[in-house]
Amino acid sequence: MSRENGTPVLEVAGLRRAFGGLVAVNDLGFAVAQGEIMGLLGPNGSGKTTALNLMSGVLRPDAGTVRLMGRDIAGLASYRIARLGLARTFQLVRVLDGMDCRENIKAGLAFQKPHLPATEAEVRIDTLLDRVGLAGHDRRPAADLTYIDRKRLELARALAAKPRLLLLDEWLAGLNPSELMIGIDLIRSLKADGITIVLVEHVMNAVRALCDRCVVMSSGRKIAEGATADVLSDAAVVKAYLGGVAADA
Amino acid sequence: MNARAAGLGVLALAALVLLAFVPRLGNAYYLALAISLLQYTVLATAWGMFSGPTRYVSLATTAFFGIGAYTVAVLGEILPWPLVLLIAAALGAFVAAIVGLSTLRLSGVYFVIFTFGLTELIRQLVVWFEVNKSRVLGRYVFVDITQADIYWQLLALTAAVFLLGWLIARSRLGFALRVIGEDETVAKHCGINTTFAKVALFTISATVMTLVGAIMAPRWTYIEPSIAFNSMISFQVLIMALLGGAHRLWGPVLGAVPLTLLFELLSARFPNTFTIILGCIFLLIVYMLPRGVAGLFEKLSATAGGKATGRVAA
Ligand SMILES: Nc1ncnc2c1ncn2[C@@H]1O[C@H](COP(=O)(O)OP(=O)(O)OP(=O)(O)O)[C@@H](O)[C@H]1O
Ligand SMILES: [Mg+2]
Repeated sequence: MSRENGTPVLEVAGLRRAFGGLVAVNDLGFAVAQGEIMGLLGPNGSGKTTALNLMSGVLRPDAGTVRLMGRDIAGLASYRIARLGLARTFQLVRVLDGMDCRENIKAGLAFQKPHLPATEAEVRIDTLLDRVGLAGHDRRPAADLTYIDRKRLELARALAAKPRLLLLDEWLAGLNPSELMIGIDLIRSLKADGITIVLVEHVMNAVRALCDRCVVMSSGRKIAEGATADVLSDAAVVKAYLGGVAADA
Repeated sequence: MNARAAGLGVLALAALVLLAFVPRLGNAYYLALAISLLQYTVLATAWGMFSGPTRYVSLATTAFFGIGAYTVAVLGEILPWPLVLLIAAALGAFVAAIVGLSTLRLSGVYFVIFTFGLTELIRQLVVWFEVNKSRVLGRYVFVDITQADIYWQLLALTAAVFLLGWLIARSRLGFALRVIGEDETVAKHCGINTTFAKVALFTISATVMTLVGAIMAPRWTYIEPSIAFNSMISFQVLIMALLGGAHRLWGPVLGAVPLTLLFELLSARFPNTFTIILGCIFLLIVYMLPRGVAGLFEKLSATAGGKATGRVAA
């Protein structure tokens, strides 16, 4: 694969967002290179989801820049950001309950430009259903799916647009051990496809297995950054997690 | 084209041809009733086109109906009829686009209140203008249009609305609106320009409503703001669309027809308690048929088993 001579897929600098007096994200900065999986860690309430919301356009930053392949997207409408190649899933899974699985995935690709020809779109939907383990469920209403299958469907919808950057907000949470293995393999296969991923996750085994590097947040600030093994043994990180989620889940 | 769609098309065309002969019956009462039926069918269908998929409840039907009627009152005598209709439609579309752009970013509840306030605002503006500028309280509508003409125009508009609705439902815009109705946040993350989609459909729906007002105006010989901007229309259309089921193109007509007949009966028999009865009907509908008559039909055809599925002609 050709390297994009150094331009990170995602580059965040000086990002800040306050809710009233609470600064949920404070001077956050990091970069994610092409094909990398970067873990975004931190105890509950440390600002991880808020950071994803700022990158994907759900929230407007008070300050700072978010560069997607070199282009500043901070404050852009989320539909524009989506069309520039950023896709995400939500901490509280969001699928379109009134539609079947096929339509859910179609929603992910139908509004990307340029538009795919109908037959190609159908093929891509079938491929995605198969890939996330929902083959044969294409006409099933999303409302009838189990929790795990809803997560799968949401991921398939995010992948439908062939994103350059994928933001996963605790996508592996709530899976049982065997489902977790499958989930980890699935995310690893996305990396093999060249998708760059920001992974917000509390499941430390998954973080160890998947992340090339990690950024750790606490109270909105970045407290550590580096190779996964180093970061997870960092004294400040262990301290931040004490009382929160155990570092060895 | 699949056979089912073609069959429905032929059926609709046949119905249209048959309905075109109603004025030939020569019965003034039936013609008047048929005009009411078409009027509410178009209004409720247009209402459902926007509010069904987006689930935004609009009480602005009266505002657009009134704009159409007043355009005729002001311009009807001066300009040729097709041009009057065109200007009315353009005016309705213009107001709808402005209202849409300024309110559709609001969440549901604020939108309902705003659309209700809008109707009052426009009515007061018209009153103010008439009293202070044109120095009249009401206007006489002198145009050379018969009841049969009104009927035929409404029938053509009905056909156009169903065709338009069918085309939109099959289009990318129609799909976008369904996604928005399901989850607006997801819609945005799928790359849907939600504001544009909502404003576009709101404008289309409002333009149709404006045309109904314009076509209906010659029915009255005298128009004043309280007649043209009668907020009962907004509520009646809302109830009809909900009874029929606003999530389907053919849903609202299932509510418009029985309720028009019922309202006709009630307002003649109980003119004073009419609004109370209307309120009770509304409550009953919301409690007993949350998905309307269309939802009931879907449920029946789904439980009837066989090949029938609950989701037809999506
Ligand atoms: N829309 C909002 N309005 C007000 N406060 C908010 C909003 N969103 C988040 N917050 C606050 O910002 C802080 C960071 O929340 P955030 O959801 O980003 O944390 P998180 O790291 O994702 O936590 P978790 O691991 O529990 O998901 C919390 O104190 C939260 O209450
Ligand atoms: Mg979170």
